[in-house]
Amino acid sequence: MPDILRELFSYDFILRAVAVGIMVSLCASLLGVSLVLKRYSMIGDGLGHVAFGALCVAVAFNMAPLLVSVPVVVTAAALLLRIRGNVRIKGDAAIAVISSSSLAVGIIVTSLTQGMNIDIYNYMFGSILAMSDRDVYLGMALSAAVLLLFVLLYNVIFAVTFDEDFARAAGVNVSFYNTLIAILTAVTIVVGMRIMGSLLISSLIVFPSLTAMRLFSSFRGVVICSGIVSTICFFLGIVISYSLDIPVGASIVVLNLAAFTLFFAAGSLRKYF
Amino acid sequence: MSILKAEKISVEYEGTAVLKDLSFRIEKGEFLAVVGENGSGKSTLIKAILGLVGLSSGSIRLDGGIKSGGIGYLPQQREVQKDFPAAVYEVVLSGCLASRRIVTFYSPDDKRLALRNMELLEIADLRKRSFRDLSGGQQQRVLLARALCSAKAMLILDEPTAGLDPLISSEFYGLLGRLNRENGMTIIMVSHDIEAAKENAGRILHVGTGPCFFGSVREYLRSDTGKRFSNGNAGHSA
Repeated sequence: MPDILRELFSYDFILRAVAVGIMVSLCASLLGVSLVLKRYSMIGDGLGHVAFGALCVAVAFNMAPLLVSVPVVVTAAALLLRIRGNVRIKGDAAIAVISSSSLAVGIIVTSLTQGMNIDIYNYMFGSILAMSDRDVYLGMALSAAVLLLFVLLYNVIFAVTFDEDFARAAGVNVSFYNTLIAILTAVTIVVGMRIMGSLLISSLIVFPSLTAMRLFSSFRGVVICSGIVSTICFFLGIVISYSLDIPVGASIVVLNLAAFTLFFAAGSLRKYF
Repeated sequence: MSILKAEKISVEYEGTAVLKDLSFRIEKGEFLAVVGENGSGKSTLIKAILGLVGLSSGSIRLDGGIKSGGIGYLPQQREVQKDFPAAVYEVVLSGCLASRRIVTFYSPDDKRLALRNMELLEIADLRKRSFRDLSGGQQQRVLLARALCSAKAMLILDEPTAGLDPLISSEFYGLLGRLNRENGMTIIMVSHDIEAAKENAGRILHVGTGPCFFGSVREYLRSDTGKRFSNGNAGHSA
C-alpha cells in the first residue's frame, strides 16, 4: 500500500486531481445533507447532465470548459428551483426534461463538430486526467468559496432546511438561501464532474449524507460525518482506481455504496442492542 | 392595550379573495382562537400577521414593541421533519435566529434562552435526543420551545394539536394556558377543534366564506355562525 501511494503521488496530475477532488467531495457532501433532507436529491443528477451539455458546447467552440459551464449550470439550477416552486410542473418531471434535453444538445453539437471522442467519454464517466492547470486553480477557488459560505451560514442553512415557514417568519430570506444553495451545488457539480463524470456526480451529493444519517441523529453529527465519509471514499477511490486500472468515478461510487451498506448494517444492529 | 390591530384587511391569492374586509384587535395577554372550515383562510390570516403574504387592502398594526420578527411561530408540521436528523437543542436554538440578521454562531445568551425554554416546557432531559425519535406530543413541545425563543410577547400557533391523540392534546393546551396566564404570553391559535377553542380561548375569530365573527366565546356560541359551526363539522375533530 505505501508503495502504491508513493507511486501515485509522484504524478503531478494525480496530486492536483486529489487536491481538487477532496475539496469537491467535501462541498458536495455538506450541501448534500441539506439537499437530501429537502427532497432535492435528483437536482444533482439533472445539473450533471446540464453540465455535460455545456462542456460539449464549450469544447466544440474551443472555449474554457469551466467558464462556460459554471454560468450555464448556475442558471439551470436557479430555473429548476423556480419550477419547483410552481405547482403546475412537478419538480422531478422538470429535472427529467432539462437533463435529457441538455444531454441531447451536447451530443448533437459534438457529433456536428468533432464527432464522439475520448473527451466526451470522459465527461460522461469522468477521468482523473481531465483537469488542466487552470481548471485546478479555478476548481480550488470555487470549492474554497463553497466551504467558507457553508461554514459561515451553517445555522441559517439548518433553519431553512428544517423549517422554511418558521425561518421565513423569523425574517430569513428563504428563497435567497435556497437559490444560494442551488448555486453552490451547481458550482460543485461543474468542478466535480470532470473527475466523477456527469452520470456519476450526483452520487457525491446523495451518498455521504444518506450514509451519515444511518448512524448520526443530530444535524451537526450528520454534516461532519458525511464530510469525513465523503473525503475517505474519494481518496480510497482514487487509490483503487489507480491500482486496479478502473475508472475513478465508478470506484468512488462503489466505495460510497460499501460505506452506506456498512453504516446501514451498523445502524440496524444498534437498534437491537 | 391592543397589541395587534387589523383593520379591513383583504388578501387575494391568484385573483381570488381569501380574506375580505376582516377587522379585529388583540389585547395584550389574551388567548384568541381562530376557527373556520378548511380552506377558509385561517393559515393565510396568520401568514398576513407574520408579514409572509401581502395585503391587497387594509392594514395590520403591531404595537407593544413587537415587530413581526419577534412573534413566536409554530407552523403546521411538515413531512420533511418526520425523519429529520436534528438534536432537540439544535431545533430549539434555531428559534434564536429571529433576533438577528446573520448568525454564524449562537451567543451564550441564546443558548441560555434555549435551555430556559426547554426547562419551561419540561423537555430539557430530551435535549440530546433526535427530533425524529420523539413522539408527536414531544415534537410539538420542541417546536413550541423554539417558538418561545423568538417570542417577545406573542405566540402564533397553526393547528398545534393536529395528529395528536386527545390526552396529549389536552396536555398541550394546558401548557399553552399556563404560558398565557403565568407568563403573560399573548396567544393566537388556529384550530378547527372548536371544543378546545371554547375551553382555552378568551375570544374567537371565525373566518370563512359566510359571515365572519369576532368576539367572546360566549357570544360566539350564541351567534348563528357559532351555532352552525359548533354543531356541524366541529364534532368530528374534537
